[in-house]
Amino acid sequence: MTSAVTAIEGVKSPPTPKVISSTLTAARLGRQYFIDLVFLNTTRLFAFLVLALLVAILISLLVSSLPAMRAFGFGYLISTDWNPVQEKFGALVPIFGTLVTSFIALLIGIPVSFGIALFLTELSPVWLKRPLGIAIELLAGIPSIIYGMWGLFVFAPIFADYVQPWLIKYIGQLAIIGPLFSGVPQGIGMLTAGIILAIMIIPFIASVMRDVFEIVPPLLKESAYGLGATTWEVVWHVVLPYTKVGVVGGILLGLGRALGETMAVTFVIGNAHQLYTSLLAPGNSIASALANEFNEAVGDLYTAALIELGLLLFLITVIVLALAKLLLLQLTKKEGAQT
Amino acid sequence: MDHSTAFAPKIKIHNLSFYYGSYQALKPMAFEIPENRVTAFIGPSGCGKSTLLRTFNRMYELYPNQRATGEIMMDGENILDPHQDLNMLRAKIGMVFQKPTPFPMSVFDNIVFGIKLYENLSRRELEERVEWALRKAALWDEVKAILNQSGTSLSGGQQQRLCIARAIAVKPEVLLLDEPASALDPISTARIEELIHELKEDYTIAIVTHNMQQAARVSDYTAYMYLGELIEFGRTDEIFIKPKRKETEDYITGRFG
Amino acid sequence: MNPIYRRRRLVNAFNLFVSMLTVAFGLFVLAWILWTLVNNGLQAIELTIFMQSTPPPGSNGGLANAILGSFLMTLIAVLIGTPVGILAGTYLAEYGRGGWLAPATRFINDILLSAPSIVIGLFVYAVYVANVRHFSGWAGTFALSLIVIPVVLKTTENMLRLIPNSLREAAAALGAPRWKIITMVTLRASRAGIITGILLAVARISGETAPLLFTSLNNQFWSSNLNAPMANLPVVIFQFAMSPYVDWQRLAWGGALLITVAVLIFNIIGRTLFGQKLPLQ
Repeated sequence: MTSAVTAIEGVKSPPTPKVISSTLTAARLGRQYFIDLVFLNTTRLFAFLVLALLVAILISLLVSSLPAMRAFGFGYLISTDWNPVQEKFGALVPIFGTLVTSFIALLIGIPVSFGIALFLTELSPVWLKRPLGIAIELLAGIPSIIYGMWGLFVFAPIFADYVQPWLIKYIGQLAIIGPLFSGVPQGIGMLTAGIILAIMIIPFIASVMRDVFEIVPPLLKESAYGLGATTWEVVWHVVLPYTKVGVVGGILLGLGRALGETMAVTFVIGNAHQLYTSLLAPGNSIASALANEFNEAVGDLYTAALIELGLLLFLITVIVLALAKLLLLQLTKKEGAQT
Repeated sequence: MDHSTAFAPKIKIHNLSFYYGSYQALKPMAFEIPENRVTAFIGPSGCGKSTLLRTFNRMYELYPNQRATGEIMMDGENILDPHQDLNMLRAKIGMVFQKPTPFPMSVFDNIVFGIKLYENLSRRELEERVEWALRKAALWDEVKAILNQSGTSLSGGQQQRLCIARAIAVKPEVLLLDEPASALDPISTARIEELIHELKEDYTIAIVTHNMQQAARVSDYTAYMYLGELIEFGRTDEIFIKPKRKETEDYITGRFG
Repeated sequence: MNPIYRRRRLVNAFNLFVSMLTVAFGLFVLAWILWTLVNNGLQAIELTIFMQSTPPPGSNGGLANAILGSFLMTLIAVLIGTPVGILAGTYLAEYGRGGWLAPATRFINDILLSAPSIVIGLFVYAVYVANVRHFSGWAGTFALSLIVIPVVLKTTENMLRLIPNSLREAAAALGAPRWKIITMVTLRASRAGIITGILLAVARISGETAPLLFTSLNNQFWSSNLNAPMANLPVVIFQFAMSPYVDWQRLAWGGALLITVAVLIFNIIGRTLFGQKLPLQ
């Protein structure tokens, strides 16, 4: 083995020695440290800005709703008034609408998402997994206004012509839940809004469920299979309990989205400021009330009342999302402890 | 225990300990690393040899909860002194890691990155230095036509030699090699061992390796470590043929580890 | 066959069948929506849509002013929001090991990521529009940038965290100061992922209507004046679709198709560039 490397012609050893001193001195390269400091504090500032943004939103909404808060107090939350002329407002109808549509969305969305996640993790042939995953993300990426338009122009008429009469005729006659399905088949209404919302949040919940299902250690599932359990039993008795924290987190995430969704709901909810017992009747959600009325609002009290609605919505969603995040963090910590 | 050497010491370690939080990873040790020689650190996994290597350029300071106590004297100054300028220290002590770590830039820019930190060279001088470093690392012929290609496009063995070229391009005084060949195939490994042999004429080299045969081939002095303690330090031929401590003998003869 | 086992098998088969039904349902709905969109939208897509501004009901027209407005506002929102997101994300990934700021910001950012965009619109209204007493493209841009920031922050942080520490150490070992390690090595190595994040943010704001309702409002005419109400596709679609005029509704479908195509293109480019999906959580 030759040492030809250093003996190659034409290569001189590098000309001058280094400029810096060869002894370790305490001389600080002031400029380097200064730039380091500037960089650190700049990035820190922007991180802080993001933090401050949330606080700013809360404060500004609070300040802007003060006129309404002073006028109505806590009664605002339980009043069904909505009279712009007399300037009497109440948040109950929109709050009710927001909660009911979101509840319907979860009722439909959770089982469907679960089914999709189950399929993706346990049943799907390998070649199908990626395309299906992409399809889910496509659904998630479609702007919500498209859902609203589809709901209004395509779904609602069909719903009114074929499904709602059936619902009114058969389920509307039953005791207890009958009144929920009574009335005229208009197509739009709370139920429709809930269904459209369900379709919107299914991609999110399914995605989270799929992600948490996939981190179940294969060994755990294999030991269940090894005992002769069926696929369903493995998922129901092993996978779900293991991931329950993450699943709840994902559901709360979907809920957070559903609560704040504007466009998908505004098109089909009917914009009515009255509480009806029937789900087939029109209603209002906070977001749709804002979308429909904010720009027409005349007078400071009207505007403030609407902003107070926005504040309520913001508070509810922040709490739900914070809970979701905490739960999901817990799951990743647990997974981290396993590895 | 006195581990003095026959040659001039470049680095003198005195009463060095290391802690991860409250866990003491290195027990107090003292020895000297001779100048222009290769000193190998061997021992079973987890004995602290990489930890020890990383105290020399205070790499541990990138992470919280890690600290070293004691003294590491180089050229009359204590490396561990908090007033020490870390960046300049690291410019004098180069390091090559276990896995090749080419920067996401061209081969040329990779090598020039370190130089530009502290020297103001003209374009021509930079090119000369790059060629010199690549020749030293036995990589010049293979990359001279693709200096503008990304460093990540080279093979594993080439990437590691690139990292070595990058480290010596700044002309450090000491080179720390942390298992430099463990991610490479046997042929690349052989070339790197050759390289180490040539480099020691200009640099003081400390190499951590889990491969005893490599330590025997490449080093002049060897330190055997076990569970954070320096068990024995001496000339390589003595350690491998006639170790003074039984623990050393057990490890070398493969009785464990 | 063992009767207990037979029942279990039935239950299993039933549930798995239902699971397949849900997938079929999802795919069916997706296909239905897309088909509706394409069917109705294509009818409205002709060259005039790009050349004429929004008409009053009953006349011919296009969406040119809305397209311009959306383009301008999206572009500027990205220009404003991206640096903020990247810098903040850099802080979280590179300096965020200790202290309280990083975990808090990360937590808050994830909340902002999923927060109702209509509230963002209200916020901008309250702090800006109400004070200057007029709607404007700048207000709309501001609102959109507030939606861009969490997306870019999250993807930047995720991408930076993927970079192995050994790369940072290699740069540190050469004596590079912290800021150079971050800008010249770490950020550079995550370039592709960060760009993907920006593309995904663009896709996200392209379809957002609610934040623009109270900020930029809408403008019937061709205008590039950001200091006045600005036309944009989402609000135009909203107004036209909810109206009783058929030609307006037709234009709304055309606009909807345009937006969806744009969103899909950005998503696809982002995925193929780095295979990353929009952070949903």
